[in-house]
Amino acid sequence: MNRRVVVTGLGICAPNGVGLANFYDSMLNGKSGIMFHQELADLGFGCQIAGKPEIQESLKESYFTALQLRGLNSSGIVYGVMAGTDAWMDAGLDKANKDQPDWDSGIIFGTGILGIDKLRESIYLIDDNNARRLGSNSVMQTMASGISAYLGGILGCGNQVTTNSSACATGTEGVIMGMERIRAGKAERMLVGSCNDSGPYIWGGFDAMRILPSKYNDNPQEASRPMSASASGFVPGSGAGAMVLESLASALGRGAKIYAEVLGGAINSGGQRGIGSMTAPNSEAVQRCILEALKDARVEKSEVDIINGHLTATSKDAEEIRNWSEALERSGKDFPFINATKGLLGHCLAASGSVECVASLLQYREGLFFGNRNCHDLHPEILELVDASRIPLKTISHKPGILAKASFGFGDVNACVIFNDYKEI
Amino acid sequence: MVDDQHFAQLKDIVKLYLPEDVSVGAIVEDSNFVKELNINSANLVDIVLDVEDAFGIRLENEDMDKMQTVRDALNIIAQKLQDKN
Repeated sequence: MNRRVVVTGLGICAPNGVGLANFYDSMLNGKSGIMFHQELADLGFGCQIAGKPEIQESLKESYFTALQLRGLNSSGIVYGVMAGTDAWMDAGLDKANKDQPDWDSGIIFGTGILGIDKLRESIYLIDDNNARRLGSNSVMQTMASGISAYLGGILGCGNQVTTNSSACATGTEGVIMGMERIRAGKAERMLVGSCNDSGPYIWGGFDAMRILPSKYNDNPQEASRPMSASASGFVPGSGAGAMVLESLASALGRGAKIYAEVLGGAINSGGQRGIGSMTAPNSEAVQRCILEALKDARVEKSEVDIINGHLTATSKDAEEIRNWSEALERSGKDFPFINATKGLLGHCLAASGSVECVASLLQYREGLFFGNRNCHDLHPEILELVDASRIPLKTISHKPGILAKASFGFGDVNACVIFNDYKEI
Repeated sequence: MVDDQHFAQLKDIVKLYLPEDVSVGAIVEDSNFVKELNINSANLVDIVLDVEDAFGIRLENEDMDKMQTVRDALNIIAQKLQDKN
């Protein structure tokens, strides 16, 4: 059984736009979501800038009940529930009725760590000999699967409801896992996506590793510089992206709009062997992942039209480009168009893969290719491999064909998914 | 004998925990929190914490076990307030 899988709904809660319309507008116009945060300066962070979705309190009431909002102190749940619910509605699906779940719909919604602010609040109470005052919601806001559990209850999904976690590969991995489940005939619809909390308790560890830029606190929008010679580290971000994946039969049966087809994908690990480590990818594994994804999608190397890279704005960007170039055996003017969403959002960590997939998929709806910000000064090693014309700085009109999106994560883990314009065959 | 003011305060606390299809009007002295008002049993601990805050008292585990109905809760509140004075 190898059924076709399509994308029928999108939802987003990104630093540069909450909701599809706002996000699209920002992506189209190259509007950055990276800002200075006084809180980080007060805490003595080297990097005092970050990407954080701006959520009006009143907007939360459209997604959560008064009871759910009480004591809600998990930004990841807020972002994830908003993006996930929006994707479901965008797909034209209803919440299951009160008495019966939808057995054919499931959820794979990943995260790195959930509810870190709630966890902190709880730890203070416990250390104060006051565990009894935690109330009932500390567990569900801090369990990793809290995000899929909240969404599962809101939407009434009766198929697999779970949370995956593979660091910064989480979001892209989830798309592939959801696709595989539908392909295998185990579900008709899978809400896939990922979320990441915001705030100093998430970002502090990265600041301590000195891998965040510290010289852009006065001009935050210039800080995230994927593929640039002056890239100096990734800007920490947060948020959530969500997609409804659906069997083609189900989508056609209910007349759903189709953004694109998920042709295939691959997930692997470099085993932290060779040049791979806890924090650095093994290039051989990255290339294998790309090639296995193409094979799974039954796509030739020459057919790849667009790449959305992992490209975090560190010294590793040139290495990533080399991996794409070697794996696809393409370079110069023959290299696919490539963009890096992180130039506008920063690195949304566990949410990055899903947020960037949503950005990539919007390109199909609009018939364009989003430009790259902050890489006027392309890294010389990248220019040796790719003609500058393949890295547009501004959004261009372009009907996307086959799109490869990859994400890589700590632990030397990789995920690569292949989308295509949906065509009746 | 029920203290009307305590009952109003308790009702105000409990209403947040009612499922969508149970109205505030359903909260009467005899209401069983879980069986009749359909309150999620996990939320009983939250009701206890709210009651502690509202009345300035502390409820122990055995108080919570005894707190099946609105009347039980009101009796426990009255007793605790009396003990306090």
